[in-house]
Amino acid sequence: MELLDNLALGFSTALLVQNVLYCFVGVLLGTAVGVLPGIGPTATVAMLLPITFSFEPVTALIMLAGIYYGAQYGGSTTAILINLPGESSAAVTALDGHEMARQGRAGPALAAAAIGSFVAGTVATVALAAAAPPLASVALKFGPADYFSLVLFGLIVSIALARGTALKALAMIALGVLLGTVGQDIYTGTPRFVFEQRELYGGIDFVSVAVGLFGVAEILRNLENEQTRTAIVSKVTNLWPTREDRRRIVAPILRGTGLGAALGVLPGGGHVLASFTSYAVEKRISKRPQEFGRGAIEGVAGPESANNAAAQTSFIPLLTLGLPAHPVMALMIGAFIVHGITPGPNVINDEPALFWGLIASMWIGNVLLLLLNLPLIGLWVRMLRIPYQVLFPMIILFAAIGTYSLNFNAFDVYAIAFFGILGYLLIKCGCEPAPLLLGFVLGPLLEENLRRALIISRGDPSVFLTRPISAALLALALAALVVAVLPTIRQRRAVVFAEEE
Amino acid sequence: MQRHRSFPDVLAGAVFVLIGGAFVVGALGYELGTPTRMGPGAFPLLVGAAVVALGLAIVGKGLIAGEVISFGPVPWRAVAVIVLAVLFFGFTIRRLGFVPTTAVTALLTTLASARVRLLTAVAVAAGLTVASTLIFVVGLQLRIPLWGPWLGF
Repeated sequence: MELLDNLALGFSTALLVQNVLYCFVGVLLGTAVGVLPGIGPTATVAMLLPITFSFEPVTALIMLAGIYYGAQYGGSTTAILINLPGESSAAVTALDGHEMARQGRAGPALAAAAIGSFVAGTVATVALAAAAPPLASVALKFGPADYFSLVLFGLIVSIALARGTALKALAMIALGVLLGTVGQDIYTGTPRFVFEQRELYGGIDFVSVAVGLFGVAEILRNLENEQTRTAIVSKVTNLWPTREDRRRIVAPILRGTGLGAALGVLPGGGHVLASFTSYAVEKRISKRPQEFGRGAIEGVAGPESANNAAAQTSFIPLLTLGLPAHPVMALMIGAFIVHGITPGPNVINDEPALFWGLIASMWIGNVLLLLLNLPLIGLWVRMLRIPYQVLFPMIILFAAIGTYSLNFNAFDVYAIAFFGILGYLLIKCGCEPAPLLLGFVLGPLLEENLRRALIISRGDPSVFLTRPISAALLALALAALVVAVLPTIRQRRAVVFAEEE
Repeated sequence: MQRHRSFPDVLAGAVFVLIGGAFVVGALGYELGTPTRMGPGAFPLLVGAAVVALGLAIVGKGLIAGEVISFGPVPWRAVAVIVLAVLFFGFTIRRLGFVPTTAVTALLTTLASARVRLLTAVAVAAGLTVASTLIFVVGLQLRIPLWGPWLGF
């Protein structure tokens, strides 16, 4: 069995002492930022990225990945205990989880979430290991035209899943692509939009963009209405679910895992979609739908499994195609590049130890999370008492130091302020920041492949339609665009009709 | 038919038009090239035009049937103080060195909260300065001098 050999290689890498250690650090930090409202995994990964430059590539990626899925885990804790989802995908968990906590059943809710996440993480890791190699070998056949269409497809699909209007999400993507053109042109070396500043020749650093959009802008949002956080935390007693609970959570966990593993592959926040879909499915097929919203344990187990499975499988497009499915994945691309590895279909053959080590580490990370979360629940709850007046200066300061240490370039630090303000303004106007970051990271890829495809075809743009892979991807992108726009049209019609009556 | 004007929509659209337009103007200053060999200006011109078009569409939609979003208050003090703190950090880190820059940046940032008392701010700033010096300079061996040339080092 080739899969077993590969996994053996993976585990032999992931079980090295320093890798287990940094996996632990990653999931620990991830849980912490998942628990703390006001700072998410994107800003954390962006801030810590510079620190990992001195690590071995595989160690760095293991730790960064740990932050990502650890945060999905931590987000559910606060959702259940104080009705405050630390991560967007945990919003569904709060519905029934917090209700259970109010009925004094916080323990079983937390246990259902933890067990569900662990099962989902384990299954999804195997799915990732099985699905990645065939996909990578398909991706190796891609030419520049196909790649261009693939990136375009990925960007369009990400808006279909984003909240807010499709028009604004589309504009955010285009703006991101546009800002990605700052710096020296790859083919001619001409410096573009640099205002004669040498520091800008290398382009705007994506870490500055991410820290500004997800760190500074979020802090400004939180400072709009300063409230003292009153954490009324229900006491957690009797963690172990009853026999009845155990019987009720098996099927939702399995269904959630399947849904999450499938939806996580989609670009643009598949994990949020996965948890919402899982909740809807459980409610529909339940014999007791009236219990949902009033503390149904299925409503915790299903979505929690779904979002954790999705968090694992969202690595599939990253590792096989070099396409990020989530802003954190976009930052991971940056981490690959910094270590001199081009993310994409070649990673699996060129860096087998890294590829399989990263996958194996996710399973180890899930074990660590299980050990870390259930016994230490009291510690995480206590962390909520850290006042925001201490937390936000720390985020800003660490962001500034971290970004500066990337290249010792003051412009990277100025860019945080610029993107913080731009992001704050646009978020206030109802735009989502994630599409901008995805566009920014993928923009250079889009331009490079567009120009390369046109050089090969001698300037004939029909190449994008005559190559079957490219044509199929463009058709899918168009379909996704129509789907994304349609509900808006319908809603607007509804508004218009309502007014005419 | 009653019209829903949406100020946030118009504002967002205007930002897109403004930035997109600036890039279009800038792109025209670079070589555009031919389809076979696109010059450095071609791609930004295309994308810039797309951003302008999308921005105009958002403005148009905002004037006719906009999204109803409450814009909410703007914490001007926080905006000003945080921008100032970040710019200060970038400008002085090389000149003043790690410790003084970090201390001032931390103190400034703490003051972004309207509720903070001066004594708390000083305590938080001092704590953060010590912590970040230990983490970044001692722990992670970041090569930034603790005290910079402006202080005579």
